[in-house]
Amino acid sequence: MATLNLLILVCLAYVILLFGVAFIADRLAATGRSTWLRSPLVYTLSLSIYCTAWTFYGAVGYAARSGLEYLTIYLGPTLVMIGWWWGLRKLVRIGRSQRVTSIADLISSRYGKSNLLAVCVTILAVIGVTPYIALQLQSITLSFGVFVDSDAMGEYGEHGVVFWVAIGLAVFAILFGTRNLDANERHHGVVTAVALEAVVKLVALLAVGIFVVWGIAGGVQETLVRIDTSRIGEWQVDGGRWMMITFLSAAAFVCLPRMFQVMVVENDDERHLRTAAWAFPLYLLLISLFVVPIAAVGLDLMDQTDNPDMFVLTVPLSQGREGLAVLAFLGGFSSATSMVIVAAMAMSTMVSNHIVMPIWLSSRSGSASFSGDVRHVILLARRISIAAIMALGYFYYRLSGGGTALASIGLISFAGISQILPALVGGLFWRGATRTGALAGLTVGFALWVYTSLLPGMGTGVLSASVMMHGPLGLEWLRPHALFGIEGMDPIMHTVLWSLSLNTAAFCLVSLYTFPSPLERLQGAQFVNVFDHSTSPRGWTGSVAQAEDLMIMSQRILGAHEAQELFHREAELQGAWGGHLPEPTPQFLDRLERALSGTVGAATSHAMIGQIVGGSSVSVEDLLAVADESAQLLEYSSQLEAKSAELARTARQLREANEKLTQISLQKDAFLSQVSHELRTPMTSIRAFSEILRDAESLTPEEKTRYATIIHDEALRLTRLLNDLLDLSVLESGQVSLNMRGGTLSDVLDRAVSPALAGVDRPLVVHRRKSNEAIALYSDLDRLAQVFINLIANAQKYCDATDPELVITVHQMGGQLLVDFVDNGSGIPPEAQSLVFEKFARVSAEKAGGAGLGLAICREIMQRLGGDVTYLGGVSGGAFRVTLPLANEMAAQ
Amino acid sequence: MSTEDPDSGTSGLPPVFLERQTYRRRRLMDAARLLPLLGVGLFAIPLLWPMSGNSSLTEPVKTSGAAIYLFIAWAGLIAASAWMGKKTQGWIRGDQPPPDAGRAQDHG
Amino acid sequence: MSRRVLLIEDEPNIVEAIRFLLVRDGWQVEAHSDGADAVEVVVAAKPDLVILDVMLPGKSGMDVLRDLRDIDETKGLPVLMLTARGQSRDRDMAEKAGVSRFMTKPFSNAEVLTAVRDLHAQATRS
Repeated sequence: MATLNLLILVCLAYVILLFGVAFIADRLAATGRSTWLRSPLVYTLSLSIYCTAWTFYGAVGYAARSGLEYLTIYLGPTLVMIGWWWGLRKLVRIGRSQRVTSIADLISSRYGKSNLLAVCVTILAVIGVTPYIALQLQSITLSFGVFVDSDAMGEYGEHGVVFWVAIGLAVFAILFGTRNLDANERHHGVVTAVALEAVVKLVALLAVGIFVVWGIAGGVQETLVRIDTSRIGEWQVDGGRWMMITFLSAAAFVCLPRMFQVMVVENDDERHLRTAAWAFPLYLLLISLFVVPIAAVGLDLMDQTDNPDMFVLTVPLSQGREGLAVLAFLGGFSSATSMVIVAAMAMSTMVSNHIVMPIWLSSRSGSASFSGDVRHVILLARRISIAAIMALGYFYYRLSGGGTALASIGLISFAGISQILPALVGGLFWRGATRTGALAGLTVGFALWVYTSLLPGMGTGVLSASVMMHGPLGLEWLRPHALFGIEGMDPIMHTVLWSLSLNTAAFCLVSLYTFPSPLERLQGAQFVNVFDHSTSPRGWTGSVAQAEDLMIMSQRILGAHEAQELFHREAELQGAWGGHLPEPTPQFLDRLERALSGTVGAATSHAMIGQIVGGSSVSVEDLLAVADESAQLLEYSSQLEAKSAELARTARQLREANEKLTQISLQKDAFLSQVSHELRTPMTSIRAFSEILRDAESLTPEEKTRYATIIHDEALRLTRLLNDLLDLSVLESGQVSLNMRGGTLSDVLDRAVSPALAGVDRPLVVHRRKSNEAIALYSDLDRLAQVFINLIANAQKYCDATDPELVITVHQMGGQLLVDFVDNGSGIPPEAQSLVFEKFARVSAEKAGGAGLGLAICREIMQRLGGDVTYLGGVSGGAFRVTLPLANEMAAQ
Repeated sequence: MSTEDPDSGTSGLPPVFLERQTYRRRRLMDAARLLPLLGVGLFAIPLLWPMSGNSSLTEPVKTSGAAIYLFIAWAGLIAASAWMGKKTQGWIRGDQPPPDAGRAQDHG
Repeated sequence: MSRRVLLIEDEPNIVEAIRFLLVRDGWQVEAHSDGADAVEVVVAAKPDLVILDVMLPGKSGMDVLRDLRDIDETKGLPVLMLTARGQSRDRDMAEKAGVSRFMTKPFSNAEVLTAVRDLHAQATRS
């Protein structure tokens, strides 16, 4: 007979073997030589953690109690797997493209990265999985009990065994699941060990089954007869339960955190699903194939008092097949341990990522330099989480008394975990699903499940018998097993019906009512349309190409020289020599990211490095951050542009103003200087001659007369100058009063020609065409005549032809009257043309009679009269054009 | 479900006639989708069978018979799934749509 | 001892006034009214003293003075400069250009005579 000590030894040896396998697998994965580790076969086998000790032991017990109903537990996952094209493919693609670490992460990611939702899912999962872990503890304890009983060594107390089993599993899970912290949450070692355990449990169960069919019953036919004559010999299932449990197991298959872990998180290649789609159902078929025969034979052979849950062990033992029994025990042990390890791993990821880390980070906000010890904190958080989860399982087991059949505990757990389903499926297929809706659905479903299933399942210690019988506070319609007065339903059906239907209803209605945030909508689109956004899945590429890719990218962003320098420095830091590229270590990537972010912004550089190193597609958050950054950059640069344009404009204005000021100042200086000159010159003559007249003796009367005339003329010149200056000043200041009246052009010209030529020795010949000049004017005719006089006098003064002539022509053009004064002289040299209208500008000083203000005054007058006077450059001879508005135009104003 | 399927004919301008190969693929994809529904149907059939206790007219079905039916149905589904997996293995690589179907998808 | 003065001035009335003064004081006065060829006229006339207006047509008196100072024959020639602008800047420029005496219009006749006599005396003394 196997002793308990031997059994423990076997267990320890088995655990050490698993450790070895996991260790080797991790090493192989690290060196990148583990292609078979990432084969579809390992993936399929790892899915078998669905088959826990509940399957291994409980299925036979289930069959012994309820016949073929146990099959529903496997039919559900089978349907999910063969329907992978509908849902699993999408789930896996999303999980990979969004770098999802757990089901809580997926839900939170889908609904706008809401941590509240993640916390809710985590709590739900912890509470939902706790009974399941209790189930594993119970099954291991029971299986130990079988050997202890048969060994007649009962000094091991039942609770003591459970306690030590819990401790052992916790240590096991901690050692396995938190040995290292993989960036993408993949655990090749664990998955390989789980695959090995899958083989062990299948082999064990098949061995027991074959022994029962051919060793005990004596063949297939005999077995079938035994089945039909047994207590479960007739087809008798509750149709509702049959459908409900099939659905429930399908839902749980997708929602269970440990299933999500192996199916989505640990998935290396999406194409593995194709194989698993048929291989995993085959596994399920094989593992459930001999359940009914074992149950039937067990019922036949064993006592009524024997627990049918333990037939897998007790039947071989009763036949003296201890070796087979130990193998079966190992199979059950494998089922329990693999489930607990993966579940604890998955749960600890959720708890540490969504509960512990946010609290820890917020508790030490402000200190940004924690990159060194954050890994340590995460690992510690995960280890504590695992211990806590195991403790919860242990206490649930103690609370529930351990008496309930395995199957019913499992179903309670399934019902709890499947509350995630509406939010999950809605999130995958319905873009309208919102965070608030998901929260509402989860809350409603979770509350109903706790009230109708979990609390009653924990025995009378939590909910009193009166509550069960009459409802809380005597409200009959709130009885946990008969909500709203619907009685007589199977409890699990009752729970699932109410919780899931109200969960879905709340989820849909609240989603319809609420409006999602932008991030939610983007994530929703990303999830629902994942096949458009994500690139096709690729296997993990080695790190050799990465360094080159990083180099190429960095060169593009930083420039070749700087990038090469950076990489060279890094390579030296890493101890590489001779132009080797540095390994993409986290420290290097960190520094590179910072270097790049200086150029392209933090989010962009993070996303780009992530793209190259992780091979993953950029998350929406990354894209949003990138968009934000570029928008900010754009805005910033456009602001800069606007500012610099404004600055340039201001500078130009300032420059112009400065130039104008300088010009005005220079003009003022020049003007004053000119005025001074123009005043002093006649005054010099006046003073000199007046002194001569006063002082000189013996002046002839002719001399006296002449000098007095000079004094008189110069005095007149001074007066003229002062008049001109005053005239100009009045005109420029705009204070001139115009005496507007009607008249004809010919009259004005008549009045101008004769005074202009009066008193001249050789008057120039003026040519006019009077017929053209009969044009009505409305203007200040005196001022206009002044202008004409000035122009004619100028021609008289400056025309250097031997026979000076002046032609006055008149045109009308576009409501304007043009009067041209063209002489036959050499005209004004081009360089002086622009100066003639300036004050004191005299082309030739020799003949200067006036002060040089005439043309300046003319221009001022004409501008006051709404016209202008210009010099016509393209004409031979001096040519001035006077522009005037016509009378009707002026009248119209 | 067009969002899921790189190969279904739900684009804005679906070609009326497809190449024979593409056509076969589409139908195979349809079959793959229908498989779980077939499974639901197969697994629901036993609920129609007479059971012990609720009908005295017909003799209840034996558990062995029920089990044989269920396992055969199950195995059939697995075989069909495996066959389809094998058929689609070559061209689904990387989930790239076949060249003649490489066009924009319609997502309502 | 010759007493010849060359007067370069474009205002005929001022020329007449100065000529009247200097002739009565016993000077031989020649007049020229243009700046452009003033230097050649000075060189050709070889006067004992030049009276030079600043505002001349053709060439400014300042430039004429600078040119005169560049030529050996006229380097030490006494030059009396007259200006109507009356700005201190002109005086500075003229002194830099090497003027012998600078006077602002309007001047008194006595001033002109004194200046001419002084300058001539200085020139003959040296």
